[in-house]
Amino acid sequence: MASLPHELEVARAEIEKIARGYGLDFFETIFEVLEDRELNEVAAYGGFPVRYPSWRFGMDYDRLAKEYRYGLSKIYEMVINNDPSYAYLMRSNQIVDQKLVMAHVFGHVDFFKNNLWFSPTDRKMVDTMANHGTRVRRAIDEHGLDAVEQFLDVVLSLDNLIDPYSVYRPRKSQPRNGMSGDGSPSRQSVPRIPVGQGRGYLDRYLNPAEALESERKKLEDEAKRLRRDPPEPERDVLSFLLKRAPLERWERSLLEIIREEAYYYAPQAMTKIMNEGWATFWHSRIMTRHVLNDSEVVDFADHHSGTVHASPGQVNPYKLGVELWRDIEDRWNRGAFGEEYDRCEDAERRARWDTGAMLGNKKIFDVRRIYNDVTFIEEFFTEDFAHEHRYYVYKRNPRTGKAEIADRNPRLVKEALLKRITNAGQPVIRVVDANYKNRGELFLEHLHEGEDLQLAHAEETLRHLHQLWRRPVHIRTQEEGKERILSCEGEEAAPAQ
Amino acid sequence: MQRIEHDHARFRDIVRGRIRKDLKKYVSQGELLGRVGRHSVSIPLPQLDLPHFHYGPNPKSGVGQGEGGEGDEVDEGAGQAGEEAGNHVLEVEVSFAELAKILGEELGLPRIQPKGRKELRTSGGTYTGISKVGPESLRHTRRTFKEALKKSILSGGYDPRKPLIIPSPEDRRYRAWKVKDLSVSSAVVLYMMDVSGSMGKEQKEIVRNQAFWMDAWLRSQYRSLEVVYIVHDAVAHVVDRDTFYHLRESGGTKISSAYELGLKVIDEKFPAAEWNVYAFHFSDGDNWSARDTERCVTLLRDEYQPRVNLFGYGQVKSAYGSGQFKKDLDGALTGQPWLVTSEINDREGIVASIKEFLGRGR
Repeated sequence: MASLPHELEVARAEIEKIARGYGLDFFETIFEVLEDRELNEVAAYGGFPVRYPSWRFGMDYDRLAKEYRYGLSKIYEMVINNDPSYAYLMRSNQIVDQKLVMAHVFGHVDFFKNNLWFSPTDRKMVDTMANHGTRVRRAIDEHGLDAVEQFLDVVLSLDNLIDPYSVYRPRKSQPRNGMSGDGSPSRQSVPRIPVGQGRGYLDRYLNPAEALESERKKLEDEAKRLRRDPPEPERDVLSFLLKRAPLERWERSLLEIIREEAYYYAPQAMTKIMNEGWATFWHSRIMTRHVLNDSEVVDFADHHSGTVHASPGQVNPYKLGVELWRDIEDRWNRGAFGEEYDRCEDAERRARWDTGAMLGNKKIFDVRRIYNDVTFIEEFFTEDFAHEHRYYVYKRNPRTGKAEIADRNPRLVKEALLKRITNAGQPVIRVVDANYKNRGELFLEHLHEGEDLQLAHAEETLRHLHQLWRRPVHIRTQEEGKERILSCEGEEAAPAQ
Repeated sequence: MQRIEHDHARFRDIVRGRIRKDLKKYVSQGELLGRVGRHSVSIPLPQLDLPHFHYGPNPKSGVGQGEGGEGDEVDEGAGQAGEEAGNHVLEVEVSFAELAKILGEELGLPRIQPKGRKELRTSGGTYTGISKVGPESLRHTRRTFKEALKKSILSGGYDPRKPLIIPSPEDRRYRAWKVKDLSVSSAVVLYMMDVSGSMGKEQKEIVRNQAFWMDAWLRSQYRSLEVVYIVHDAVAHVVDRDTFYHLRESGGTKISSAYELGLKVIDEKFPAAEWNVYAFHFSDGDNWSARDTERCVTLLRDEYQPRVNLFGYGQVKSAYGSGQFKKDLDGALTGQPWLVTSEINDREGIVASIKEFLGRGR
């Protein structure tokens, strides 16, 4: 691990000092300069060159190397959430790009360290990944490359079926099967309000028959619910499979690894807009106010504008993020928040609103601590903001298949935006019944929110799921507004197990 | 950093395996023909990506940013690279050599033993020579100064304490292209096709597919491969590749016209002493007359036999053809190692036919 060349080391020390001066608080950050080939390799491994072997990383590498060779894209920045944090610079970049990347990286590492949603992530992930690598290699030694590879492929195709929020909830211990006691909940009696001696006539007022009946029904439903398996729909499908699927010990170990890595990456997807916006906000401020010299301004402007480029029909998280952060800072500096401001209908006055509060800096640091993309958008994507930055909702014209601008109503824009980032753009899928038809079949449901699943892929994925569950598996979803149940019954001649 | 090489090699292995598995499909459907580059073929392998439960690539609605009124179309053109990776169909580039290798392994084709002919020389060159003239971009500075230094010492004007060397124009030296003899065994393939009225579009597709794959294989066996296309009905013409595949003519069929023209081309441009000659003829088996067929047999036996490594006759089944020609050839020239006749009933038959043609390793 060579230390940085002198010129870069000088720049790094300067930028670090400025960043700390602004109150950014990051892990020790180790920069490494890599050749393009090496950087593509690190990127193919998701930032961890020590990861387990898989042809899929080779595939990503193939694509990255080709895109780089043909000049279609190149990786500027790569930083991993770890303590100490590692960041990679591409040797062929100009010095001004390296400075920009460093400033950007300090923003990310500050975010990793301080944002609440990253708090449960493994800060020694480099070591953990290396351990995972060792475990997978051992499994390959014992069970052969083909078996391990095939199993990994199956599990990896399910790796988005996790519940990113589960790690923030205290684990509740659930009784495994129904109620304690003698287990015949239907006979449980409905509690009555005691009626005093000689006041029997009150009974039918205090305990009317309908009320008793509905109480009984509630109890029965509750009992039924508890008899269900799982009692509550389970969103962490991987964890469910870990507990319940008939797996060998080594298979369980691999499933654990994939699940752990999926949870490690989950907060990055949950805070993409905030995190990229935050890093962009800081690289822009540090570069333009302190670091840039005259000869670098044009290149900086060019590359910065490439980062925050808006293409129609897409939301660029860098752009949306940085604009929101700037808006928040500006509003809190002007005191443009609170009841009085919200009630003000006069656009002119709102625009000129200034109480001289100067709370912007404090506010953005508070926000970066506790929000995630969903709450961030919910709270700060205001009507004024949507107007000012020309956001719109588009709808696909079913006749032409082309997307058309449908509405500029800020409320609808926000709704559509939230829908897109909820669950990091992944469909919400839950296990609802592990004993479907009382035959041990697995039943999933997709909580349909307007967008259809890609059915061909879904069927393929279902086949993979079947390989783990080894009994028929089903998923309920919708297609073109109609309910659709996809099933995989398994191979025709599957031996009964 | 060897890890990625390992994973990358494994990925290439999987790609090869996938192509091998689907090879017969590729051969019979000909879907690769439109994806041919100079040295490689790009093969779409969408099934290689792992499936997920996920949304489709074209959302019904979404959020965008920019100008425009209600109802205006949103230009969804290429998004900024790097953002939103994903929705692309995975395409893998495979070189002809690799493709040929897969074909060879899958069909069990033997390596071709080039005939012991005088090998052709090609002038591959490298910049190893030095010349007194040349473009400034190729100036050899060190040699130029060396010349100037020599002259300076000889003329006594050199002062070691103050070494000032000024090259004059005649001192200049340039890197020069030096011709190097490379011995290479070369081959020429003659594709002859019957384009008379009875050869329909489907028949030509079959010929086209088969020629593509045989090309790939032969190319892998020879460093350079020349291809000559000949079409014929009652008369024959040499045409370019595009015409060969797309021309549709009508009229009678006189196969000997093509054989005679082919012979002429060989003798004029590809003397058999220096070239490995392959000739393939495709038709639906109808010929003008029995006398012309006799003429063909004579040509093959007396003229082609001493010249070619292999002569292949592929008879594509068509609704109009009688299929007589193959019977006649088989009858007149049985058991000749240099002659292969093969019948191709439909697209599915291409693979077997390729194997018949190239399975002899000649």
